[in-house]
Amino acid sequence: MSASADRVPRLLALIPYLQVHPDIEISSAAADFGVSPDELREDLSLLWMCGLPGHGPGDLIDLSFDDDHVAVTFDAGMSRPLRLTTHEAVALIVALRTLAATPGLIEQEAVSRALAKIEEAAGAQAQAAAAVTVAIDGQDARLVVLRRALTAGQAVQLTYYSAGRDARTERVVDPMRLLLVDGHWYLEAWCRRAEGVRMFRLDRIEELVALDEPSRPPPDVAPRDISGGLFLPSAEDVQVRIRLLPWARWVADYYPCESVVEDGEGLLVTLRSSETTWVRRLVAGLGGAALVLYPRELAEQIAEDARMALAAYDAPMGG
Amino acid sequence: MSTRRAERLVNLVICLLATRHYLSAEQIRRAVPGYEPDDGTDRAKEAFKRMFERDKAELREIGVPLETGRTSAFDDEDGYRIARDAYELPPISLAADEAAAVGLAARLWHSAALAGAAEGALHKLRAAGVSLDEHVAVPLEPRLDSGEPAFGACFAAATERRELRFDYQRPDGSDPTARRIHPWGVVARRGRWYVAGYDLGRSAPRAFRLSRFAGRPKAVGPAGAFERPQDVDLVAMVASATPASEVIAQIRLRPGAAEGLRRTGKASPDDPDLIETPLYDLHSLADRVTSYGTDAVVEEPPALREAVIVRLQRLAAMSEAQGEVGSTP
Repeated sequence: MSASADRVPRLLALIPYLQVHPDIEISSAAADFGVSPDELREDLSLLWMCGLPGHGPGDLIDLSFDDDHVAVTFDAGMSRPLRLTTHEAVALIVALRTLAATPGLIEQEAVSRALAKIEEAAGAQAQAAAAVTVAIDGQDARLVVLRRALTAGQAVQLTYYSAGRDARTERVVDPMRLLLVDGHWYLEAWCRRAEGVRMFRLDRIEELVALDEPSRPPPDVAPRDISGGLFLPSAEDVQVRIRLLPWARWVADYYPCESVVEDGEGLLVTLRSSETTWVRRLVAGLGGAALVLYPRELAEQIAEDARMALAAYDAPMGG
Repeated sequence: MSTRRAERLVNLVICLLATRHYLSAEQIRRAVPGYEPDDGTDRAKEAFKRMFERDKAELREIGVPLETGRTSAFDDEDGYRIARDAYELPPISLAADEAAAVGLAARLWHSAALAGAAEGALHKLRAAGVSLDEHVAVPLEPRLDSGEPAFGACFAAATERRELRFDYQRPDGSDPTARRIHPWGVVARRGRWYVAGYDLGRSAPRAFRLSRFAGRPKAVGPAGAFERPQDVDLVAMVASATPASEVIAQIRLRPGAAEGLRRTGKASPDDPDLIETPLYDLHSLADRVTSYGTDAVVEEPPALREAVIVRLQRLAAMSEAQGEVGSTP
């Protein structure tokens, strides 16, 4: 978010904000607006220069400072915040409707009450929310079980299908967090079998039982920062370079890539993976729309797999 | 934006909120500090006009309801004011559990456009006295979107009801085709964004996946160009973008392998390694089967066999065709 584009909306919200938070500490106000205390001080000194036409001493916005606290003594008519914009109304309303369609997550009744109030406050802008719909798989009984286990601090036992390795395993895990990313729910948990933090996609958990023993992730593990994507490659992973032909360009948007470069024939992407099996399956599943340029052995392996599969069809190698 | 301009815009809002009469541009120029003063020259007049036009556009952009009109029949030009009840957020108070729901809802968005909008909404709610510092007891990190570049343009065209034009890439690798639609709305389903609407070229409702747009979509023509049907179910439109099929594909699996295909298909009653699965989309099923290599071989129907063979032939040619395949990255 660029600071300058948001500055006027923030300036307009600040005076009413300070009136409902009398004598607030500047650092708390700054935190509420997502800016630094210095930026907030600059905003306040700007507002101090603003006021009603005439701009005489009694016309200007008046603030009083006491140490690091601030209060409004004259608001020049700025007593309420501006209405929600269409985008703001849509962002909140669509998200609340999505939560309302996801039982078991937070209290449904509270979501409905909040939704009704936001819709009323948004007024006509609320109608634009009809143009955005989010369908997520909300009717997942596993979500309810896991949420309860998280609240009660219980370990769980699960049977999991791993798509990367195309295998089914049973494990006991210590739940840490539930995530919803790109329409799929994940459980982030300490896996006692792998002795590491793992992500489990809920629709791939086949059996799930909350155990009568406490969840005890090791004290030094923290939930992963997922701002860069759900699956962060590590430096030891194999580096793979792939050319994506135009109709496979979406791959660059869906998997974390180290670099993405446009070349004449498509996108040149570099990604890292701990499992070359996964890359083999990804590239094979693109059916020729992605060419592995490096490592060479991987390209040859995929081609060899394809030749063996063609033999099963009694089909010519083509080329 | 410069500090001077930000200051001028705040003063302009205060001025127009304070007036009950419409103020002419000239009155505003005298009342609001920071505008080019009138020195009688055309240059100064022009500079003021441009500045004022930009300021009005900026205020409308951030949602300030500028009204234009004339206070009396004697006024010879339109003036401006801001009606307080149209400007101000109506009173709102949230109980602690409601505030927790709103706080969680605002965290659902990840893309700059929607996350920024949600953040802006929270600023206004806090300025209206709503306390949003409640935390949800359960550790949750839900995220609805991952930032599709075409989202903003599609959403704007759908809310303004403007015609949308874009080039659309079919998944089979053919050249993109130009599409013109009346967008009814954008839909996220299973982590993918779609725009659904009426396809003007094909005279039928259609849904399009945003990740298959080639280049940027463009809104053309006036706002309010069409009416959105009342009873339309956008999610159903997107779901049926892969139409229901009567065809059942049969795929032979290597014993103990291809767990993923076993999970979605149904084993044939007398052969656990022959699975049957409804064929919704030839290309996507062919892609999936191909990804299992020798572990999965299509028996029926012939079109699916052909589609897999073509893919395997392309893959088999990969190692030779790439003159530039190197041994260093």
